[in-house]
Amino acid sequence: MQKLLQLPVNAVNIVKSVQGVVQGQEEALSPVLTPDSSPQNWYSAVQPEELRHLRSGGMGGGGEGSEDRPGLEEGLTSVQSQPLRHDDLKEMLDSNKDSLKLEAMKRIVAMIARGKNTSDLFPAVVKNVACKNIEVKKLVYVYLVRYAEEQQDLALLSISTFQRGLKDPNQLIRASALRVLSSIRVTIIVPIMMLAIKEAASDMSPYVRKTAAHAIPKLHSLDPEQKDQLIEVIEKLLADKTTLVAGSVVMAFEEVCPDRIDLIHKNYRKLCNLLIDVEEWGQVVIINMLTRYARTQFLNPNINESLLEDSSEKAFYASDDEEDEDKKAEAAALVKRKPYVMDPDHRLLLRNTKPLLQSRNAAVVMAVAQLYFHLAPKAEVGIIAKALVRLMRSHSEVQYVVLQNVATMTIKRRGMFEPYLKSFYIRSTDPTQIKILKLEVLTNLANETNISTILREFQTYIKSMDKDFVAASIQAIGRCATNIGEVRDTCLNGLVQLLSNRDELVVAESVVVIKKLLQMQPEQHSDIIKHMAKLIDNIQVPMARASILWLIGEYCEHVPKIAPDVLRKMAKTFTNEEDIVKLQIINLAAKLYLTNSKQTKLLTQYVLNLAKYDQNYDIRDRARFIRQLIVPTDKSGALSKYAKKLFLALKPAPVLESPFKDRDHFQLGSLSHLLNAKAGGYQELPEWPESAPDPSVRNVEIPDWSKCTSRKDRKEKKLDKPFYSDSEGDSGPTESADSESDSGSGSESASASDESGSGSESEESGEETESEKEEEDEEKEKKRKKRLDKTKAKKPAEESAERCAIHTSYQINTIAPSGSIKMYELLHRITGEGLAVEYCFSRQPFSPDPNMVAVQIQFTNNTNSETKNLHIEEPRLQSGMRIREFAEIEVLAAGESVTVVMGIDFCDSTQAANFQLCTHTRKFFVSIQPPVGELMTPVFLTENDFKKEQGKLMGMNEISEKLTLGEKCVNEHVIVERVTATANLSRVPCGSDKECRFAGKTVSSGCLVLVTVTTKEGGRAQLTVNCEKMVIGTMLVKDIMQALSQ
Amino acid sequence: MIHSLFLINNAGDLFLEKHWKSVISRSICDYFFEAREKAVEPDNVPPVIRTPHHYLINIYREKIFFVSVIQTEVPPLFVIEFLHRVAETFQDYFGECSETTIKDNVVIVYELLEEMLDNGFPLATESNILKELIRPPTILRSMVNTITGSSNVGETLPTGQLSNIPWRRAGVKYTNNEAYFDVVEEIDAILDKSGTTVFAEIQGVIDACVKLSGMPDLTLSFMNPRLLDDVSFHPCVRYKRWESERVISFIPPDGNFQLMSYHISAQNLVAIPIYVKQNISFFETGSSGRLDITVGPKQTMGKTVECLVVTVHMPKVVLSANLSATQGTYNYDPVTKILLWDIGKLNPQKLPNLKGSLSLQSGAPKPEENPSLNIDLKIQQFAISGLKVNRLDMYGEKYKPFKGVKYVTKAGKFQVRT
Repeated sequence: MQKLLQLPVNAVNIVKSVQGVVQGQEEALSPVLTPDSSPQNWYSAVQPEELRHLRSGGMGGGGEGSEDRPGLEEGLTSVQSQPLRHDDLKEMLDSNKDSLKLEAMKRIVAMIARGKNTSDLFPAVVKNVACKNIEVKKLVYVYLVRYAEEQQDLALLSISTFQRGLKDPNQLIRASALRVLSSIRVTIIVPIMMLAIKEAASDMSPYVRKTAAHAIPKLHSLDPEQKDQLIEVIEKLLADKTTLVAGSVVMAFEEVCPDRIDLIHKNYRKLCNLLIDVEEWGQVVIINMLTRYARTQFLNPNINESLLEDSSEKAFYASDDEEDEDKKAEAAALVKRKPYVMDPDHRLLLRNTKPLLQSRNAAVVMAVAQLYFHLAPKAEVGIIAKALVRLMRSHSEVQYVVLQNVATMTIKRRGMFEPYLKSFYIRSTDPTQIKILKLEVLTNLANETNISTILREFQTYIKSMDKDFVAASIQAIGRCATNIGEVRDTCLNGLVQLLSNRDELVVAESVVVIKKLLQMQPEQHSDIIKHMAKLIDNIQVPMARASILWLIGEYCEHVPKIAPDVLRKMAKTFTNEEDIVKLQIINLAAKLYLTNSKQTKLLTQYVLNLAKYDQNYDIRDRARFIRQLIVPTDKSGALSKYAKKLFLALKPAPVLESPFKDRDHFQLGSLSHLLNAKAGGYQELPEWPESAPDPSVRNVEIPDWSKCTSRKDRKEKKLDKPFYSDSEGDSGPTESADSESDSGSGSESASASDESGSGSESEESGEETESEKEEEDEEKEKKRKKRLDKTKAKKPAEESAERCAIHTSYQINTIAPSGSIKMYELLHRITGEGLAVEYCFSRQPFSPDPNMVAVQIQFTNNTNSETKNLHIEEPRLQSGMRIREFAEIEVLAAGESVTVVMGIDFCDSTQAANFQLCTHTRKFFVSIQPPVGELMTPVFLTENDFKKEQGKLMGMNEISEKLTLGEKCVNEHVIVERVTATANLSRVPCGSDKECRFAGKTVSSGCLVLVTVTTKEGGRAQLTVNCEKMVIGTMLVKDIMQALSQ
Repeated sequence: MIHSLFLINNAGDLFLEKHWKSVISRSICDYFFEAREKAVEPDNVPPVIRTPHHYLINIYREKIFFVSVIQTEVPPLFVIEFLHRVAETFQDYFGECSETTIKDNVVIVYELLEEMLDNGFPLATESNILKELIRPPTILRSMVNTITGSSNVGETLPTGQLSNIPWRRAGVKYTNNEAYFDVVEEIDAILDKSGTTVFAEIQGVIDACVKLSGMPDLTLSFMNPRLLDDVSFHPCVRYKRWESERVISFIPPDGNFQLMSYHISAQNLVAIPIYVKQNISFFETGSSGRLDITVGPKQTMGKTVECLVVTVHMPKVVLSANLSATQGTYNYDPVTKILLWDIGKLNPQKLPNLKGSLSLQSGAPKPEENPSLNIDLKIQQFAISGLKVNRLDMYGEKYKPFKGVKYVTKAGKFQVRT
């Protein structure tokens, strides 16, 4: 450590001794200097005065002028003044005035921006790294980052400034110091960077931690040997709970260790839940990473469907009906054997990414779309189509990329985009590359039902002025014709009409496509072949000529009279043809020789002779080969007997395939997919696993309850709890989660203001314990933190908003398996003269006072006028009870509703809390009476703890009742749901499936409440409640009995 | 991720370069120039170009190519979207994004690029955060700065950077609190020769200009939210509220921003506000042609159609046009082959007509296809889909803001095939 800190000093010494020589040797030192400007620097350093004249005369037009394209004049002036200006700049940089320095730096940066070399100014600039003026400083940073790599020794001069900056109380300065330090690509400071990153990773400010995450890939690219240490830092930052850090650290993860999927397990759920609040760029990176993660951890949701599909497809072609049924039964059996249940975590990912389809950022939309394409069950993939079609309205570059991906998707899931067919219609103003992609999509979407509309569209396209596009349209028609049998003849007729088109390119393209189509059913179309034979006189495009010749040769039996004549014509022009045409002429000659040797023998010989002396060796080879094969001689081998079979074998019709087929093995939306080639650093999308890996790896460890005091941790503990019940695998809790999070978001604004104070405090205390482990510099740290706390306290509003957002997203997980929360009426709309008030027990911890029960109150104004000044007055309470009122609601507009949260300490009794609810005109007496189950909060206990605690609460404190379970209480899951709906308790994990255990504690006094339900044969069960407060125990037994026997 | 950025103008001059990692020689752009030459039109340059060691991802905007250099796998849309964000930021800062403004403000541009990316990964792209870090140039400020020597660079971390609502800064204050919303709808349509609709849809955006003090929490509701089929939102909008209640609830950014864009569901028939009667024909002999275009109102709901412009991309053989317009002015550019007829307001009593002859290059064959017409129009105070804002409510602040909503209908990609 000490050694490292000394390093800059050494560096200074080195530099000092070297400095004199440095400028002279610059050229040798820095290989990056461009050849035409470096000599200048060298000259200017040695003897600028003399050489100035020389250069302006000698080099003006040459060296500089080529670099400075805009105009020779400017080039000349810049050459003349450049050395001068550099001296100027040095002077300005050395001056005492900030304004001069700033001006100099601005000019230097402008030169860098234009790509001019200013590296000779390095020593002058680097001196200003500690300048007080923040803009000068920033520009110096810009310069430093640009040139440090070239001037490593001199760059070391600045390091100590950054090290000082890392300890600055201002988080912005700390962050920017780390940013620049890590951007200086000088290998010698790697240890310093490592240390700085490690320290910043546990910084108080999330912004600095974010910067630390950004610095990780920089260091990794500088020195890959640091990987192991960096992974440790990544692991630590992955556990960070702020949205600010999440995107950046996942980015670092992707660059440094994308294969360390095990680091994600523990953070998976957190990332899913934070996702919506992460900034857009982070969202893209996280979604792409989670797609890969999910492919390794979950089962293919379409596994049964694909089985079914395969067999049904086979059945479709099978003639036997019975077999058909057999197979269906078999498929059904398969499904039964392997019932697919989606992992709740898989569902969580799909659910939390879905709203992002509405993002304004095309990259986010595309990321979600590819996630759904690769991960979602077939039935759900459809939702992405609408969003992708929306992107088609965006810039043409975005369209280009989206269309590429849509083209791939349409091959696998055609139905998805069929409703949006018309959105892919082509406009004459689209760029050609977009037109061709749209055409691809339209072709992929074509089927029996829509082919007539598509063909009508294609017909208008053929008339376009854009010839490349016309050619592509003709090919598209050809593909539609091969894929859809019904329209083959229509297409063919249309294409034949095009043969009389005036544009040669159109005709040529049609010929090529017709050739492919004819191969499918040549017998019926000998007239078309004749027609095409006539074309050979006019068409000059080689590919088209070759196609016609091939057709005539292949089907010479259909056109016995024309074929020899064509060969005659071609023999005449043979020497002037293109190579592909020549090859086809030889081909035609060979085929005719075999079928009609009488007429064509001499012609063939003539053609072969011409070919023998051709310039192209392919053609010479072919001629030699064919001659041996078809002309019977004494020496000719056994092959010539089979010549006819060889040449006139039935050839399979070509399959016209989309170039986008099978591209989906690349992750959609990736660069590799776009290029259809693996780009550097591309991570393969893994195949689904055969059987799912252990889902429990994603469960988050819970720290020991008794040690943990801060509220935030406690809250999380409660939040983490349901994962256990979740893993029992049922869609029930998933659905209820949705409804609950909605009610949660209603209270968002209210809870935000309530939580603000204590929330931020608890976070800090949490971090304090974390950083205390690092004993170094403890005192310094504390001082810094104190200062930081001050800066932090300035922004409670944002802080709380952030926390609140996290909070709400967490709520998705705080699922009491009960369905929705029950609402109670506080004030009926009629008695309230239009003001309706309902309340519910939100089961959230009431942050201002942990001993209070949070009551969420919803006011709805049903009148036509505003209600003002809603507040609480004159609470009449039993002794000991307390109320924490909500903040007065200023105005409630007509027809609006608002939700607030208040806290009530019921002193663990079910006595009602009475108070007056006041508006600006009226007062209403109301009362809130809590059900006993709402007087408690969940506590997490292990099975052993539970037993231990239960042991302490025997005798008087234990109430036990026998009961008969209700008809619907068929399984454990229903019991858990009923009990947790009645009382705010958490499930205790338990080995036996006959027993369900729950634990909680009363809100006010913190007494433990333990509930055990033991099921027995015949729907009977025993309910045991252990609680120090017997009244509570008795009432709870009554309530739970009622709930279970219903 | 993003290695370097080069800005290249239409003439092929590279006028700005910025590197976020090691310097990459500007000779890499030769691959781009090659592709640019091959593409003929700037629109046709492939957005992704592959070179032996790098990938070039580029966008073309305001006559400038933004060419970024990529070395490893990265979603192409990520880069494209970011480059557009860069262009928008320049526009936001300098009023327009052009070569001259960029050259004039090269230092600010550099500072902005420095803040927007760190090691190639986006750092701060929200305009309100950037504006706190680097203040946009104004004449007054640059004067003051030259006199006092103070800088354009903020000294503290923008509050937005740390909060969960990065789009809004704290402590906004206005004497006049006002919020304006522009509902702008565009009709995308393709009409065929006979005037029947081949394809038509309505796309809309709501642009907002919100100047409210403090932290207002706004709720915007519609009379007929069911019309909206597909929506995308500014990040400030709460998705959940929209999903459950079909209201738009948000804490707005300060100033101008696009609140949402939407698509009207396909079931609703699109009212086409005008009809076009056209007859363009080229004669086999005499190398000439005729053109006759009449525009009339169709379904305008009693509103006036304004700013009506007809653009025709003529075939290459058309040399000149000798036409007479009953209303407005026409102009034929023989270089770009674009005929532009600026009609202005559509008068239902006296329909505008453009008639006359076209002269073609002699000897050239007559063009195969008739050119299609592109229509541009505007209808004030009217949203063609019938979408109506019901009310705007504000929570969280005590003052009474001034609220205004404006509707405009425009032609989007409105094309008549002939």
